[in-house]
Amino acid sequence: MKKIVNFTIDGKPCQAPEGENLVKAAAANGIKIPSLCYYEHIDPPLGTCRVCMVKVDKKAFAACTIKAKEGMQVEFDVPELNDARKAMVEMMFAEGNHFCPACEKSGDCDLQGLGYRLGVTISRFPHLFLNRFIDYRPKRIVVEHNRCILCRRCVEEVNTKDGFPVFSFLNRGASTEVRVDYDQEAKLDEEEAIKAMHLCPTGAILVRGKTQPRPRGERKYDLQDAGQTVTTPKAGMAPLKGQPKKVIATTSLAGCFGCHMSLLDIDEELMDVIEVVDISKSPLTDIKKFTRRCDVGIIEGGCCNDENIEVLKAFRANCDVLVALGECAIWGGLPAMRNFVPLEECLNEAYGHATSDLEQGKVIPHHVDLPELLDRVYGCNELVEIDYYIPGCPPDASHIWKVLKNILFGADYSIIKSEFKYD
Amino acid sequence: MTTTHHSEKTQLLNLLWACQDAKGFISNQDIFDIAAKLDVSAIEVEGVCTFYHFFHRKPAGKYIIYLNNSILSELKGYSAIRKALEQATGGHWGGVDSTGQFGLFDTSCIGLSDQEPAMLINFYPFVKVTPERVFQLISALRAGASLAELADTVEDHLRYVPPGDRAIFFRDFAPGRALQRLTTISPQQVIDEIREAHLLGMGGAFFPTADKWQICRNNPGEQHYLVCNADEGEPGTFKDRVLMNRLPELLIEGMLIGGYAIGAAEGIIYLRAEYRYLLPRLEAAIATYKQLGWLGQPTPAKEPYTFDIRIQMGAGAYVCGEETALLDSLMGKRGEPWPKVFFPVERGYLGQPTSVNNVETLCAAARIIELGAKAFRSLGTPGSPGTKLLSVAGDCRFPGIYEIEWGMTVGELLGFCGAEDPYFIQVSGPSGICVPAAEQSRCICSEDLLCGGSVMVFNTQRDLLQVMINFTEFFKKESCGVCTPCRAGNFILGRKLDLLKRGLARPADLEEIRQWGQLLGVASRCGLGKASAHALINAMQKFPAYFQQRVRAKGREKGFDLDRALGDYREAVEQTS
Ligand SMILES: Cc1cc2nc3c(=O)[nH]c(=O)nc-3n(C[C@H](O)[C@H](O)[C@H](O)COP(=O)(O)O)c2cc1C
Ligand code: SF4
Ligand code: SF4
Ligand code: SF4
Ligand code: FES
Repeated sequence: MKKIVNFTIDGKPCQAPEGENLVKAAAANGIKIPSLCYYEHIDPPLGTCRVCMVKVDKKAFAACTIKAKEGMQVEFDVPELNDARKAMVEMMFAEGNHFCPACEKSGDCDLQGLGYRLGVTISRFPHLFLNRFIDYRPKRIVVEHNRCILCRRCVEEVNTKDGFPVFSFLNRGASTEVRVDYDQEAKLDEEEAIKAMHLCPTGAILVRGKTQPRPRGERKYDLQDAGQTVTTPKAGMAPLKGQPKKVIATTSLAGCFGCHMSLLDIDEELMDVIEVVDISKSPLTDIKKFTRRCDVGIIEGGCCNDENIEVLKAFRANCDVLVALGECAIWGGLPAMRNFVPLEECLNEAYGHATSDLEQGKVIPHHVDLPELLDRVYGCNELVEIDYYIPGCPPDASHIWKVLKNILFGADYSIIKSEFKYD
Repeated sequence: MTTTHHSEKTQLLNLLWACQDAKGFISNQDIFDIAAKLDVSAIEVEGVCTFYHFFHRKPAGKYIIYLNNSILSELKGYSAIRKALEQATGGHWGGVDSTGQFGLFDTSCIGLSDQEPAMLINFYPFVKVTPERVFQLISALRAGASLAELADTVEDHLRYVPPGDRAIFFRDFAPGRALQRLTTISPQQVIDEIREAHLLGMGGAFFPTADKWQICRNNPGEQHYLVCNADEGEPGTFKDRVLMNRLPELLIEGMLIGGYAIGAAEGIIYLRAEYRYLLPRLEAAIATYKQLGWLGQPTPAKEPYTFDIRIQMGAGAYVCGEETALLDSLMGKRGEPWPKVFFPVERGYLGQPTSVNNVETLCAAARIIELGAKAFRSLGTPGSPGTKLLSVAGDCRFPGIYEIEWGMTVGELLGFCGAEDPYFIQVSGPSGICVPAAEQSRCICSEDLLCGGSVMVFNTQRDLLQVMINFTEFFKKESCGVCTPCRAGNFILGRKLDLLKRGLARPADLEEIRQWGQLLGVASRCGLGKASAHALINAMQKFPAYFQQRVRAKGREKGFDLDRALGDYREAVEQTS
């Protein structure tokens, strides 16, 4: 038996066997330190993701690289560290290309689950939109590099029966990536491949012909603590004064109108809302121009052309509060899938090849009345200040209205986990 | 895994070098052959190969040219040289010309900051290069001239030593004088003497050398190792280069002394590939000590002691200067710093207690044993006794090596080096801090301003933002890539600085740069990431007005260059209509 040591986390007395990994030791004492790369069997720990930052005796460390020691004083739930941990999660979202609605792992993904838990509505960091590829060459697995957070678990843990590693990191710095040894991978049997898929904390390792065991909506992070509140950033806006009826404007830029559908998804409650809210410029009313000042502007979709930008700027100028509704408005969303392909290639694919047998050769539509395409799709906050972000693809209706009622009338609210989604 | 397997694997870098040197690149077949030889996965070999930027996976030319892209090179004519190289060879940057003769590549600081712009051709040094010289060189090479004949002799530029008998490093040297004392004192007495001298590590962390040696000595192990860190990668630093060129024997004696102190039988010099031209000097010095009966055989030391030294060459990776990354590199792996659950003195090279020491530290140790701790301690300041080698370069008339007594002021140093119209100095390289030239009375010592060795002088014509962008690019490239904040964070900071450069930033962006920089300091796993935004935050603190000027604040709209964003579309339309 190992010696039991006493230590504190945020002043709370804790006990653990000496030398126990702090992430595990904290959990045994009822404190859940976020973690992603940490995997109990890997020793020394990987310490790559840095979402488990704590302070031990006033110095910052990754908790998973700390061993329980007599008398140590751990700081965990303090603003600076809460923010640092959240920032790491946001950084992974900005670095990779995470299209949760299109991801096989959605609902079972640890990165996503951590985003929910920490109330990440947007990455504070600009999306890098790095062109990463999907590796279909391995025999049993597929590696979706867009979703890899380079946690290193697969590198350490996935070995063939005769002891050869299947994965390795390649390159260095910002170009670091994980790669598969095709010959070694071919030695894995299906069970081992599935194990690798489950070992990966994100949806980066998939197995051909295999899906997640449970259907969407019933997966780990769909169900876990579904009723628990998520701490989201509050709009912090005082209820707007003046007009008896509040005025809302909405628009869909580079979006699919799905978020607007969700907006209408509160069913009968819509009738009550109409009593106290006027909808001005909006596809819902077909009012095309701003005729009066609005309290809240709701933006669906990001910017893919110059017209989107113009509309967005008009919203910023005419609305007191701007809400980015849904993933596309927040950072580009599904339309941003084109951001990895040079625009010229996109246009050639769409128009060039399709029309090249016509007499006039290929023609890319252009006219003074047509909007011009931007080099990539931009999230709304790359162009104007946005006051509030509601994640989801589409966002949950009750999440939307809780937020709106808060902004418009100061109604207090809390978002529960089942209303907080990226897919 | 067995130890033999371990020690075979340590040969990986050498095996890769053999292929690289033979053909100018490492082929798929080479990767498979090496994997088979070492009995490892091919992907592991590839992982190691692609970590180091002097290993190429595609043919890189008969003559591989590496032009330094550090900030000092940038300010002394990098782009003109680059253009001349492209014109002269007909090749494009980052690739090989059509004849397969010349490969043109960037590399981080090559330790020739006092003679920029500098470049390496097949690791032969060329300094103070001009465009005219580039054209001459390329045609000479085309005509079959030999690189050895064309290459420059690298000058030491030793500019200053303390007056009187106060120099520690650059004083007269007689082989064996320091070693003589080992015949009369025990390893513990060596450590005690070093402790009494209060020698601090000169590689940048300033950890007391005696403590490191003591812990290492006390830790049990089948074998102990002494590793000399000669990776000198911090941009602007070249003091170890000069030490190894001028006094390689002093280094060997320092290693012998350190090895004796910790109880090691083997010493390894991890030499950066950029200093390959120093190899003959070092090998000759090793041979000398073999002849003198100090290496490779039982020595005349007081206690039984047999020691040998070998040299391992790096392959281009700044992070391998970090001691744990260095050890992994020595063991034939990717140079990724460890998560620090244990330290090299506990479990280092091949899992054995290992002391990693900087070149300058080991040389100082040799002098302490030679001259005595008292003499050493009488120099410098109480917190940092002795002298320090500074590599001074940039906008000054006398760039080169300054052996200063700790405690010299910034003003004095600027005077000695002939700084011209100085604006600020960057102390300790991109990982260090920026000190406005106005802070003349700052004192270079542990009580005030510690310096790892690099001092870059920038005059008032220089653009602070250009300097900071160069640093951020450096970290983005040289990060080992293993932890999120450093790998992605420096990339992201680079994007932000680009906004600032293009005049699109808002006041909130400045605050974000500061906050994000701090985040890298908190969350990064090793010193590289932790220090990567140090200079930037510091510069923003010291020169707030400069950064404010760069900001274009405007209402609630953000800065956006619409014409640029529409450029691709307009071009595509134009091409088809
Ligand atoms: C990113 C990074 C780069 C480093 N580069 C060097 C180097 O080039 N040379 C060196 O001696 N120490 C370097 N160090 C410091 C080493 O980790 C280590 O502290 C040093 O070699 C110990 O020797 P010392 O105690 O003699 O200073 C570096 C550290 C970091 C974090
Ligand atoms: S579910 Fe996870 S891996 Fe998949 S896109 Fe979302 S965050 Fe990325
Ligand atoms: S593939 Fe998965 S397990 Fe491997 S490094 Fe990427 S995220 Fe981690
Ligand atoms: S801080 Fe940078 S260099 Fe250090 S471990 Fe992390 S990624 Fe690697
Ligand atoms: S869980 Fe600790 S660094 Fe990843």
